[in-house]
Amino acid sequence: MVEEDNTLMTTENSSLPQVPPELQDNVRLMPWDKLYNWSRKRSMWPLFTGLACCAIEFIAAAASRFDMGRYGMDIARASPRQADLFIISGTMTKKMAPQVVRLYNQMAEPKYVIALGACAISGGPFKDGYNVISGVDKFLPVDVYVPGCPPRPEALYNAILTLHAKITNEPISSLRWYQKDGEDEGIPVPVLGPDMVDWRLMYKVPPLERSK
Amino acid sequence: MAEEILISQPTTEALSTLEQHFPGAAQPAEYEGIVIAPGHLGKVASFLRDQLGYDYLSLVTGVDYPEATAQFPARFETTYHLFRSKGGGPLVLHVHANRDDPVVPSVVGVWPGASVHERETWDLMGIRFEGHPDLRRILLWEGYEGHPLRKDWHEVYYEEEKKPFSSRHPEGRPVQAEERAPLGCNLRYPPDWSPDSWEPQAEMRVYAPMDEHVGDNGRSMPTDQVVINFGPQHPSTHGVLRMVARLDGETIQQLEPVLGYLHRCHEKIGERNTWLANMPFTDRLDYVCSMSNNFGYAVAVEKLMGVEVPERAEYIRVIMAELTRIMNHFVSIGFFTNDIGVYLTFMLYALEERELIIDLFEMASGSRMMCNYFRFGGVARDLPEGWLSVAKELVYERIPRRVEEFEKLCLENEVFRARTIGVSALPADVAVAYGCTGPLLRACGVPYDVRRAEPYSIYDEFDWDVAVGHNGDIYDRFKVRLEEMRQSLRILRQALERLPDGPIQSKKVQATAKVPAGEAYGRVEAPKGELGFYVVSDGTANPYRYRIRTPSFANLGVLGKISRGHLVADVVAILASIDITLGEVDR
Amino acid sequence: MYGIGILKTFGVTVGRFVTTFADDLKWFLKGGFGKRYSPEALPERQSPRGRGVFTVQYPNEKLIVPENYRSFPFQVIDPETGKTRCTACGICAKACPPQCIWIVRAMDPETGKAKREPAEFFIDVSICMSCGFCVEVCPFDAIKMDHDYEIATYGRDAGEFVWDLERLSKPLAHHAAIHPTQYAAEKAEQEQKAAQKKARQ
Repeated sequence: MVEEDNTLMTTENSSLPQVPPELQDNVRLMPWDKLYNWSRKRSMWPLFTGLACCAIEFIAAAASRFDMGRYGMDIARASPRQADLFIISGTMTKKMAPQVVRLYNQMAEPKYVIALGACAISGGPFKDGYNVISGVDKFLPVDVYVPGCPPRPEALYNAILTLHAKITNEPISSLRWYQKDGEDEGIPVPVLGPDMVDWRLMYKVPPLERSK
Repeated sequence: MAEEILISQPTTEALSTLEQHFPGAAQPAEYEGIVIAPGHLGKVASFLRDQLGYDYLSLVTGVDYPEATAQFPARFETTYHLFRSKGGGPLVLHVHANRDDPVVPSVVGVWPGASVHERETWDLMGIRFEGHPDLRRILLWEGYEGHPLRKDWHEVYYEEEKKPFSSRHPEGRPVQAEERAPLGCNLRYPPDWSPDSWEPQAEMRVYAPMDEHVGDNGRSMPTDQVVINFGPQHPSTHGVLRMVARLDGETIQQLEPVLGYLHRCHEKIGERNTWLANMPFTDRLDYVCSMSNNFGYAVAVEKLMGVEVPERAEYIRVIMAELTRIMNHFVSIGFFTNDIGVYLTFMLYALEERELIIDLFEMASGSRMMCNYFRFGGVARDLPEGWLSVAKELVYERIPRRVEEFEKLCLENEVFRARTIGVSALPADVAVAYGCTGPLLRACGVPYDVRRAEPYSIYDEFDWDVAVGHNGDIYDRFKVRLEEMRQSLRILRQALERLPDGPIQSKKVQATAKVPAGEAYGRVEAPKGELGFYVVSDGTANPYRYRIRTPSFANLGVLGKISRGHLVADVVAILASIDITLGEVDR
Repeated sequence: MYGIGILKTFGVTVGRFVTTFADDLKWFLKGGFGKRYSPEALPERQSPRGRGVFTVQYPNEKLIVPENYRSFPFQVIDPETGKTRCTACGICAKACPPQCIWIVRAMDPETGKAKREPAEFFIDVSICMSCGFCVEVCPFDAIKMDHDYEIATYGRDAGEFVWDLERLSKPLAHHAAIHPTQYAAEKAEQEQKAAQKKARQ
């Protein structure tokens, strides 16, 4: 687990000016990044949805034994427009894939994804099922992976702290949603056909080889 | 009276009666049950229900025999398991259909609960049911290519027919399944298909059973009826369940659940697994109560293997099963109160009790949720030191206090009563005809509990009662669950006192042990209803057919009927009172 | 009177609310302000007797997992040989339900016969379902279930979740520390076998 960098963080092209000694009790300097990152990570609202068994551990993590309110995350929003964190807890099936991708597209940035459990990382024990997508990172960009089947609620909190460390160490200038040319059109939503139709594959593979 | 009900040979009795009334229609099956000729199925079904009293159809499933067996040629076989609602063992019917175009008459007219099972058999096996009112795919989507459970249908990540795979040892270098697949992922398209000239139809076919709004609604102002989705992502649907509803204002006119969003191919994977390897997969069916699922599978396979379970193991099994029942009912009433609007308070109280019970499970089995504790012929490991004292503390002091607290919290509360009394009252005969089981059925006044109807394990040695309601509305279902918790505590007190010493496994089962050929239907009273496993063995180390009859899947068949005329907010309460878990519904 | 039921509900919730503070007071009287968060108080608060606040303050407080807890497997390094006890028999690979164990048996380059040790041993923990069958079937006590669950990672580069023999190996002392009862039973059995062997000679 990456340690949080609690010292004053400097970005590549900034350096903090020196505060004269007589003012050090009254003046405190902080880069924007640190304030921004701190305020984001300490109130990250998860999306109130779960797919399968790991959702029960997510609910147990939000319940009174492993209180999620201590991390500022007890307000789980049902609407993706108001949520910051998508915890994919459970197997992503082909039938559910359009909905999961749509939910991710509808979330407002900044948004993060935690893949909770073996099924979300790689399809898990159900990997060779005909209706199972072998890993949610085939569609969504995942920030933290948590192995386990199911992972304990403490393992989920370890993942959240890992995500906090990632957020703390990210300067604002490197975030993909603040890049000048990084307009996100969203991930193309798959459609259900003879097998699930993933549009990115259709135009990548030449027609003759498409159905071996 | 008792001899009349618990006929120990339903098959022989039914066979002789059928030969009198329908000569030539019936013959004995290879392992268990009666083979009925397809042309006679409708009349035989009505006769069995009306004259012989088999009013509860538990399971309709299909089995694929691409090669001839000892007595019958290659065929698609549809198997029906019938029970009397008064109790007793199963009457098994088999109907054969040919391999090129399998068609079997539908029994939805006789037992409406067969509707969801027949749709699944059409979806996964490809057997068409003539006369079914709405034969669409249920777990996969309209437009899907192929019927996956057929023996000649291979999935994209197919490696070998049966586990253990030879590529793992002695020359096993890890190869990701994505590297073996042609497209680099779990997708495959038919050779004559192109996305440019294709119209997606899966979404539109979901709305097919929604009728057009016909007639006026008795109001002076013309109004429209709206079709809405309680989509797969919804805070109150207990998982990824979708319901399509046609509304007139706030009132439901028609409601259809859409399933399959968590279909994880348990049955296909189960056929590849070995018998023992299926045990941790059963944990993931009803993921809230994993011990009960293990119990059902162990009961089914032990019928085939013919092993005896030692007494200490039987007691431990009953203790675990009853603790699971209490834990599940806590979760159920906690989520139910969350759904009717007491946002989180009572749910947190209930989840606190669940945490204490799963602490016990973790001490004994090693995992909070996916216990994998039962084995064929006993349990995996013995109870650790200190387990009994913690369990006694819970059972004698803490849980009875909490059950009384929940009763005080909810049952007299005027708001609770206004939300639950009279809502979705389900008549008893409708519930039995739709194949409902569990607290949903018992709240209607039918005292059907598998632990009493067809006792398994040592439940007939304990002194306990079946909890029954009267009206079948939500209030009665809630009360039945509270009463079942009290009865479980009664069983637990007896079991914890009388727990004997001794071995916990009759014989250590090898990982690739062979199971004798045959078929068996083993069922237990899971907290949500009757959980049954229909297993067919061909004498090898892997199951030939592995079908799971889950209570939530069958109970959802009645959801559309009982929601009619209620408000949108009531549907949430009704769904919570039926108590489903999507891992079980979609498998 | 209409409303008595609602008042009873409130009575229960207010009672719970007051009980948490009463429990706090009890711990304060036992040993001051921090007593409630001391390591001795945690098992008491988390037991069926606990009445107050039920929360575990992760990561400052951690629950002690029971001995049987199953996280992911690890290979036991025998202190005498310095290598794993595994003989590459392959039984765990056969028993694994999702088939996530890959074993390459070592070959003796001179005789061309198989050696009783693994050349390579892989477990794909992104597929592992923590069932514990590999541990149950191993005849040599070479593979055991670990307790470590704090293994969240950032990336899914090639091999991140496929653990090889080096990553999976942990010393016997680790097994003895996290599974004391099992280790004591195994040692007793080994000593009994050694005594029997000696008696036969």
